[in-house]
Amino acid sequence: MSRHTLSVLVEDQPGVLARIASLFARRGFNIESLAVGPTEAAGVSRMTIVVNVAESPLEQVTKQLNKLINVLKIVELDNSAAVQRELLLVKVKADNNTRSAILETVALFRAKVVDVATDAITIEATGNHDKIQALLKVLEEYGIKELVQSGMVAIGRGSKAVSDRTLRSN
Amino acid sequence: MAEITGAQSLIQSLESAGVDTVFGIPGGAILPAYDPMMDSKKIRHILVRHEQGAGHAAEGYAHVTGRVGVCMATSGPGATNLVTPIADAHMDSIPMVAITGQVPSNAIGTDAFQEADIRGITFPITKHNYLVTKADDIPRAIAEAFHLASTGRPGPVLVDISKDALNAKTSFNWPPIMNLPGYHPTTKPNSKRVKEAAERIIAAKKPVLYVGGGVIRSNAAKELLQLAELTQIPVVTTLMARGAFPDSHPQHLGMPGMHGSVAAVGSLQQSDLLIALGTRFDDRVTGQLSSFAPEADVIHVDIDPAEIGKNRFAHIPIVGDAKETIIELIAALKDEHKAGRTGNYEAWWANLNRLRTEYPLGYDHPTDGSLSPQYVIERIGAINGPDAIYAAGVGQHQMWAAQFVKYEKPGTWLNSGGLGTMGYAIPAAMGAKVGAPDKTVWAIDGDGCFQMTNQELATCTLNDIPIKVGLINNNALGMVRQWQSLFYNNRYSNTDLNSNRVPDFVKLADAYGCHGLRCETREEVDKTIEKALELNDAPVVIDFVVHKDAMVWPMVAAGMSNSEIKFARDMAPQWMRSDDE
Repeated sequence: MSRHTLSVLVEDQPGVLARIASLFARRGFNIESLAVGPTEAAGVSRMTIVVNVAESPLEQVTKQLNKLINVLKIVELDNSAAVQRELLLVKVKADNNTRSAILETVALFRAKVVDVATDAITIEATGNHDKIQALLKVLEEYGIKELVQSGMVAIGRGSKAVSDRTLRSN
Repeated sequence: MAEITGAQSLIQSLESAGVDTVFGIPGGAILPAYDPMMDSKKIRHILVRHEQGAGHAAEGYAHVTGRVGVCMATSGPGATNLVTPIADAHMDSIPMVAITGQVPSNAIGTDAFQEADIRGITFPITKHNYLVTKADDIPRAIAEAFHLASTGRPGPVLVDISKDALNAKTSFNWPPIMNLPGYHPTTKPNSKRVKEAAERIIAAKKPVLYVGGGVIRSNAAKELLQLAELTQIPVVTTLMARGAFPDSHPQHLGMPGMHGSVAAVGSLQQSDLLIALGTRFDDRVTGQLSSFAPEADVIHVDIDPAEIGKNRFAHIPIVGDAKETIIELIAALKDEHKAGRTGNYEAWWANLNRLRTEYPLGYDHPTDGSLSPQYVIERIGAINGPDAIYAAGVGQHQMWAAQFVKYEKPGTWLNSGGLGTMGYAIPAAMGAKVGAPDKTVWAIDGDGCFQMTNQELATCTLNDIPIKVGLINNNALGMVRQWQSLFYNNRYSNTDLNSNRVPDFVKLADAYGCHGLRCETREEVDKTIEKALELNDAPVVIDFVVHKDAMVWPMVAAGMSNSEIKFARDMAPQWMRSDDE
């Protein structure tokens, strides 16, 4: 088992997300993270799906995804050859004793303070999975009141666009 | 362009797509479509008695014509009653378009009367589906649905149309522009792979052509025969492929799988090369996957890339249409032959011929004088011959019909292979008879299956669809009973149907306006079948009262290795003679 990042280009039509979610559920795959949004092409959405599976079931689910009529293209983004980002918003308990230490942590992680209250600080951070997890680990000791995280988005390094690449299943 | 309603646009779209027959039942949401249907000169609508019947009839029609079968139902329960045949068509790759009415678009999501999210329900059991809420979108949705259903790997497509879209004004344009940027089925095989396959075939010592239903769907029976005769390689045909290769052909070893012949099962187990054509390594063929054909390399030809490597690794994967691939493979093999390279399978054939001779399909007549179900089915096949069409339900009678009717032509054997839908036979035979009115069409059904869908006999009688029903009545859910005999210590929990007491099938046939005949002895079998063939003014139902304890043999117990096949109870074949190898 290992983490794989799939970039899936789909027609922007009602029900597409349900079709894909239903396929993953039916074939017994857990989606670890999912992000959906528009792309440079009108009418085309891009899903970034992170799954934790072995190589051969991944190939099977990729082939099954390719059979969905609304799926245009699937590319697996190699973790080392892609830029990966998650967005984190986290509300941390803060009082006069801890505030400056928290702000130091924010600076160390190149995160941002987006809201301050008398007893809490809300922090925004972007980064790859490991960075976000590391930040959260440090913040945990101050007390996390609320946390919200986006699915991961990813883009390949270099000049090529996903729409240039060949399909994984070919 | 003249303004018409969405409903008129739907009917014109169906006519333009070449539809001549629709099986269905009207209801609230689909009502607007049924009004212009009444005026259509090109479409015959057959009013069935249950939507499941419409769906299986569309499958039967598609099976014998090779064209897209069409069924129609209203929203909610009408649509959900289509779910079983849609799932059936999906499993067996049948080209089918299901059209359902939906509640008006402003009521969708409000739990309106007869509302069901049939598009959501059928996501996993359709090749694709549509919810159309604008009249202008109807022609495009219908055109795309027919294209998707009939190309690539065939399958069912559902088009759900809201009532307001059927009622709205629109204009009609045909052909509409299809917009399917994500749909590009690969039909042409990779020539390099085909050449590799040819070389591998020549090098093999113990190859088998493992033929599946895809060969029938791609209309490749003629090409398969050429390939087999060119190479002299033994052929096995799966349950879905019965008829793809003539049963009378000396290279045919029969059906593999759970109830396959010893020679067919044994050939796969001992093979060093499986040439899998349009088949999907289904668990009913492979048995325990890890011990299936343990020494074989695999050449896997399939139009669906997702089937290749799904259950069994393919050494030479070839994505392509079965017919196109076989044609290229024949050419590549002829090149090999010209270069002086041919396969030599003499030792292989000697072994297979021994298995075939020592373990033929067979059965015993019951000692109490009651009727043997296998004998009845064998006689139906023998008297009607290879030009008739046979549709079976699911269970013992299905397996016997696959074993003891001798098929010579593709499209003459219809059954529910993947989903295993009891109740398939009567409506499928009805649809087949509509698609091939000049052929004799038999439903070989069990008393359990028959009671799930026999209401369509009313449809047959009223619409002049004179099918023949050979009812193999053993008073029980026979296949389940067989498993209870073998694996549950003869504890017959809920498998006794008491069909000898209720219903009286002859009276039931009579009530439906059919001819009802009964046959209880071996002497009457031929006469009764021949009498049924003389009665063509209405459907005929023959109640063959057969022995209850007959079992289907050979059998590989579920989850066991195919090498553990038994050709009769506790009787295992001897795979190798001591003087072999």
